[in-house]
Amino acid sequence: MSRTEIGGRPPLRYYLSKILFAGIVLIACSWILLPIVISALYAFSTPKDFYSPKEVIPLHYTFANIKELLDLGAARATMNSVIVACMTVVFSFILGLPAGYAFARFAFKGKDSLKLLIIGLRMFPMLVIAVPLVTLYIRLGLNDTLLGVALAHTTMALPFVILITSSIFVSVPIELEEAAFVFGLDRTQTFLRITLPLALPGLTAAAIFTFIMSWNEVFMAAVLTLTNRTLPAFILTSAMAAPDFIKFAASFIMILPALIFVFIARKYLISMWGITIR
Amino acid sequence: MNSSDQNRKSFSIIERYLPYFLIAPALSYLLFFIGYPLTQGIILAFTDSRGHFTLAHINYLLYSPQSLFYAALKNTLMLAAVIIPIQVMIALGLSLLLSSSFVGRDLALYIVIIPLTISDVAGGLIWYSMLSTNGFFNKFLMAAGLIHSPIHFFGYQYRAMEFLAIVLAEVWRATAIVFVIIFAGLQMISREYIEAAEVFGASTWVKLRHIIFPMLKPSLQSALLIRTLFAFQVFGVVMVLAGRDIPVLAGEAYYEQTELYHYGVAALYAIIIAAISVIIGYIYIKMFKAQYIREVGAG
Repeated sequence: MSRTEIGGRPPLRYYLSKILFAGIVLIACSWILLPIVISALYAFSTPKDFYSPKEVIPLHYTFANIKELLDLGAARATMNSVIVACMTVVFSFILGLPAGYAFARFAFKGKDSLKLLIIGLRMFPMLVIAVPLVTLYIRLGLNDTLLGVALAHTTMALPFVILITSSIFVSVPIELEEAAFVFGLDRTQTFLRITLPLALPGLTAAAIFTFIMSWNEVFMAAVLTLTNRTLPAFILTSAMAAPDFIKFAASFIMILPALIFVFIARKYLISMWGITIR
Repeated sequence: MNSSDQNRKSFSIIERYLPYFLIAPALSYLLFFIGYPLTQGIILAFTDSRGHFTLAHINYLLYSPQSLFYAALKNTLMLAAVIIPIQVMIALGLSLLLSSSFVGRDLALYIVIIPLTISDVAGGLIWYSMLSTNGFFNKFLMAAGLIHSPIHFFGYQYRAMEFLAIVLAEVWRATAIVFVIIFAGLQMISREYIEAAEVFGASTWVKLRHIIFPMLKPSLQSALLIRTLFAFQVFGVVMVLAGRDIPVLAGEAYYEQTELYHYGVAALYAIIIAAISVIIGYIYIKMFKAQYIREVGAG
């Protein structure tokens, strides 16, 4: 903020404050990155290096930990997690996308109240529905099925999908839709040919966001499944008894999609979280 | 002419009801998947296996020596009381820091929000790799010659350290959520106010105290409320780092349900978490509604 005098040398205080500033930013970034890097290194460390008190940073690396973890059942659990997350994305978009569009493009009676209801439901601690759902699922034959978990995850994701898609549709200029109406397209055609393509990048980011939400969820998955565990539920119930380096392999597999997501959707990340948690 | 009028009329009727048709499926789904379990939960909590009314579950919850309800409630509250102030302070500091422009700001921003996408289970495991007996922290301090035997963070006899580990992991993982809310709030403050203050020679502290903090108040409030809501659902981190050494509400619900098959007691925990959240959420909606109406009115 301090300005340098014209022609003169900037005061020493200016440089000191710059260095202090850079130092704090650097510490903040290392505080986030160091644990991720360390746990990833330990995930690929040989057990000997990990248990040796002298190797602060392991020197020998191996894929054996990941392989052992996958053989323990994580391969199937990862597969289950992907299936549940994909089902969750599909269900919550089929249900949520039209609602998001309605909130973005129509004026109707009760709109504000309905939107507040959705905002309120978003705050609801969805994990509590898992406990009573077990009774219903046993009756319906959905207990310990991936579909059952996906239906519960859809409940958790749906309010977010409605709010995110609504704000994405709002950002598509309405003039383009009006132009399409003028040229004789009806609402469905306009939506498919004009609105949807323009909204696609945002919607893709929203889909990844939903995927990660389901991928990360552990409580409902652990309560609703017994043998068909998703990855977090598997880690919570089985991998915790495994040796430490196997646990780090598990955390590595869990955070990998998240890190890829940050990279792909980095442009949307802050605005999306801004919408969902404001 | 007549038929075209007819067409327009039917078109407008469809248009009038279309939004309700578009919203109805999602809303019905949500109302069923939240309403049914809640009703079912209340029934489970107050009936026995033959469907008769009973207070046995609530008596178990409150008075059985097996039940860790009070400890769970106390730990959940204590974790919230310790974690949330630290998160708000860090998030506030980081937001102020990262809202000025400098080389590499975008990169720093991305790094700071990475934990948003990391789950509680993974966050717990990551901090386990830092703090376990063979973890980075102990090895590093030992290699540096600062300690001679590892500091124990885990195990029933080290519960105070387990608590500390949970606090570290949660501050690391969930501060990003608070940061995003406060950062977004800070971006919305018009530069003009700050520039005007600068013209009048306001110091950094005066700018903070009299312009930025008052205008940031709504964001701070919602950050606080959202974090408090999440705090009552704390589960994965605690399970990974402390198991049942440090019982929390959601953890006890899980334990009573999956290990002891006390469905009624687990349902009680679910109802208690839901009730606390609804109360907090109600306060939030009240506040948000006022803000929402103000924004819509102004816009």
